Amino acid sequence: MTDEMKTFQKALGDAAKDAPPKDAKAKALAMAMAAFDEKFESRAQESAAAGRLRGWASALHDTILGRQSMTINQALAGGASIAVLALGIATATYVQRDISRFGTDLDAPSPPAADAKSMMETLRDAETKPEGRNAGAPDPATEPNATIAHDMAAPPPREEMAKARQPYGAPQAKIGARAPGIAMGEVDNFASGSAAKSAPVARKRGIGMLRSMPDQAQSQIYRDQGRDKFERFDENPVKLVAEAPVSTFSIDVDTASYSFVRAALNAGHLPQKAAVRVEELINYFPYDYARPKSRSIPFEPSISLMPAPWNADKQLLHIGIAGYEMEPAQKPKSNLVFLIDSSGSMNAPNKLPLVKSAMKLLLETLDENDTVAIVTYAGGAGTLLEPTSAKQKAKILSALDGLGAGGSTAGAEGIRQAYQLAEQGFEKDAVNRVILSTDGDFNVGITDSGELKSFVERKREAGIFLSVLGFGMGNYNDALMQTLAQNGNGTAAYIDTLNEARKVLVEEAGSTLFTIAKDVKIQVEFNPDRIAEYRLIGYETRALKRQDFNNDKVDAGDIGAGHRVTAIYELSRKGGTGQAVDDLRYRRAPKPSSAAGDEIAFLKIRYKLPQEAASKLITQPVTGAQASPTVKAAPREARFASAVAAFGQILKGGRNTDAFSYDDVIALAQGAKGDDAFGYRAEFITLVRLAKSAAALEPLASPAPAQPRR
Amino acid sequence: MTMTDLELVEQASQGDRDAFQRLLERHYDTIYRFAHRFAGNAHDAEDIAQDVCLKLVDALGTFRGNARFSTWLYRVVLNAARDFARKGTTRAAAHKVYGEVRELDRADAVENQARASWLSEALGALEPGLRETALLVVAEELSHAQAAEILDCAETTVSWRMGEVRKKLKSLAEMVHDR
Repeated sequence: MTDEMKTFQKALGDAAKDAPPKDAKAKALAMAMAAFDEKFESRAQESAAAGRLRGWASALHDTILGRQSMTINQALAGGASIAVLALGIATATYVQRDISRFGTDLDAPSPPAADAKSMMETLRDAETKPEGRNAGAPDPATEPNATIAHDMAAPPPREEMAKARQPYGAPQAKIGARAPGIAMGEVDNFASGSAAKSAPVARKRGIGMLRSMPDQAQSQIYRDQGRDKFERFDENPVKLVAEAPVSTFSIDVDTASYSFVRAALNAGHLPQKAAVRVEELINYFPYDYARPKSRSIPFEPSISLMPAPWNADKQLLHIGIAGYEMEPAQKPKSNLVFLIDSSGSMNAPNKLPLVKSAMKLLLETLDENDTVAIVTYAGGAGTLLEPTSAKQKAKILSALDGLGAGGSTAGAEGIRQAYQLAEQGFEKDAVNRVILSTDGDFNVGITDSGELKSFVERKREAGIFLSVLGFGMGNYNDALMQTLAQNGNGTAAYIDTLNEARKVLVEEAGSTLFTIAKDVKIQVEFNPDRIAEYRLIGYETRALKRQDFNNDKVDAGDIGAGHRVTAIYELSRKGGTGQAVDDLRYRRAPKPSSAAGDEIAFLKIRYKLPQEAASKLITQPVTGAQASPTVKAAPREARFASAVAAFGQILKGGRNTDAFSYDDVIALAQGAKGDDAFGYRAEFITLVRLAKSAAALEPLASPAPAQPRR
Repeated sequence: MTMTDLELVEQASQGDRDAFQRLLERHYDTIYRFAHRFAGNAHDAEDIAQDVCLKLVDALGTFRGNARFSTWLYRVVLNAARDFARKGTTRAAAHKVYGEVRELDRADAVENQARASWLSEALGALEPGLRETALLVVAEELSHAQAAEILDCAETTVSWRMGEVRKKLKSLAEMVHDR
């Protein structure tokens, strides 16, 4: 392929790489389904009704049996509710026919919102049983009734739902909180939708829409699979030292990718390739690097060279950095704002309940000097708890316990309020931090990641940091979370289990909460006399331009107390056998520079202390003396890191790892397990075993979400 | 219990709404992506994709199973996109938007900008026939035979058109270079 063609292809690929907007898809599908129903209506009016009932029953079945949190009693009650449901359907069909006529006759002049509302009222009158809107009763029978209510309402575009909140008052939210299952979140959404403002689509397809509703609910159940959003990127290519001798990138201490990969593998399928960020896999593990001694030079690089386990002709340059560990006595005061997503999408066992437990764990690490505030967002954002001293644990705990999920996600508004609270309690010497827990599915207000980004960027300058904790799988929006964390001076972690919450919030509380250096950038210059090619493993999303290194205005990653960060380069020696690209025939050999001596590369690290605006520089040459002759002789930590690197690269397709297999990864990691006090490395080995047998794709179309259950 | 496209089509054209919905779920992203490339902006792509979904309700009955469903689907999308282009917007207007597409990207914004404007120029320079062929072969990575089937022309025509595309792009690249 010619160069022009390649550019053309790349440009085309980039131009349309964004996934279609969710609501566009939902809208198109809803319209098509409506048209479909219209077409087949005459053919099978009765059987359609039967089919609908079947669809209902199976949706209900999922809600009852697919969720473990329901007791048998409730399930039995649910069985009874099917009967109620059947009754309900009869009523509904009856009313619906009326409405159909109504809709046809008055199609254009009457706004559909009014239609929908009157339908709701008609329905309410037509029904004898009032449970549907009975707030207090947790009777599962409320569900079908409420869902019938949403059957009657036209599905509003999601933004509209939020604008028109809860025409029947708070009860729905309560139901949503009580009963598990996606359908419950929907109740709220659709009920509020009945008051939606004029929706042109609804007007156009009003009648058909009505009919398509139960299936909307049904499809919702399986649509939340495989919708996790990740920013796609290409793996770093091999670079020629002669052409680009300098490599620059920002540090990345996030570990979200590892947890996500783990959750996917534990669910029995391989993670999507874009979800695998190799540097985050590597940085998940605590490495035993030399510790810096003072807080003024907050970290120290440890460098080693070893042959690449997957290709003996290549070398791995391993750069490890350990951040200064803070003594408990030095611990500054914390001013924390928990920003908790309590929208309908968070209503799953591995989301909101896990968030609550995680926040409680974090609370345990705080003392009376620290303050905590809680902001939630569901539909509209609200302050649940004003800044409160961590001494008043009971008060904070009860606020947390009262949280339920329901409604849409006004994420941006929540972020704004959280920052406002953090500003209220702002103290220059304290840790001022907003901790956001969400699945990232923002759908109300500012949803544009660009705008959110610029907002958190401005707050970053004010000294407020942001930590993003990701929860859930199915519609996890990693791309947005990364954008927020990277631009809001924060880190992103993905919490899939309570154990992970403990790792991030208790064991690594120091590094999660206390930043010891910010805007940490790494630049490596390779000596062209010694090294022909290099390839940085991972850090694709963190690449910086060469000139950005010395520009203090350019943002980069932060390091928390005790953080360990690892970067690995794959190198080919000049004149060695490992070169991927042939030497040029006509290039004159440059004169060897005399200054270099034994040096093969020169490492520069730039960082700022948390309260300072000017950066500082650490430099260190890399010499052949740091090289190990064999993989076995290399330092243990370097061996383990390269096993993780190999695993990540294999998950991404294994373009650069030759024949290195999962078994080889296991062997390499086994030999470098060390003490492994918390069992992270043992868990890694288990994951590699799982990857060997994992399916390539998340199974689609099974009605129950493939979330790991616990 | 994953069903093939063909099975789903058969069931859907007999009125199985679940099958139809699954079919849409499965292919909507492809439809949207191709529409996006063809139209050059997200807004039109949404409209085209929506139109295609609606058209499929009736069109499914005409799918005979002697072609691959994806090939057949491309043709439906292509027709919808052509209709859309005929109805209103000029080529120039449709492609102007490419320049704005990726400007949010952080580090490589400038490079992307350059690439995007190059793309809009490149696409603008091609006649509709060549452009469609290029989109199918280069962007969707279909074989010449598949593209020929979708465009309803001979495989040699596709090959010839790709030659033309290459020439055009090359001369364009030189022009840009000379500037």
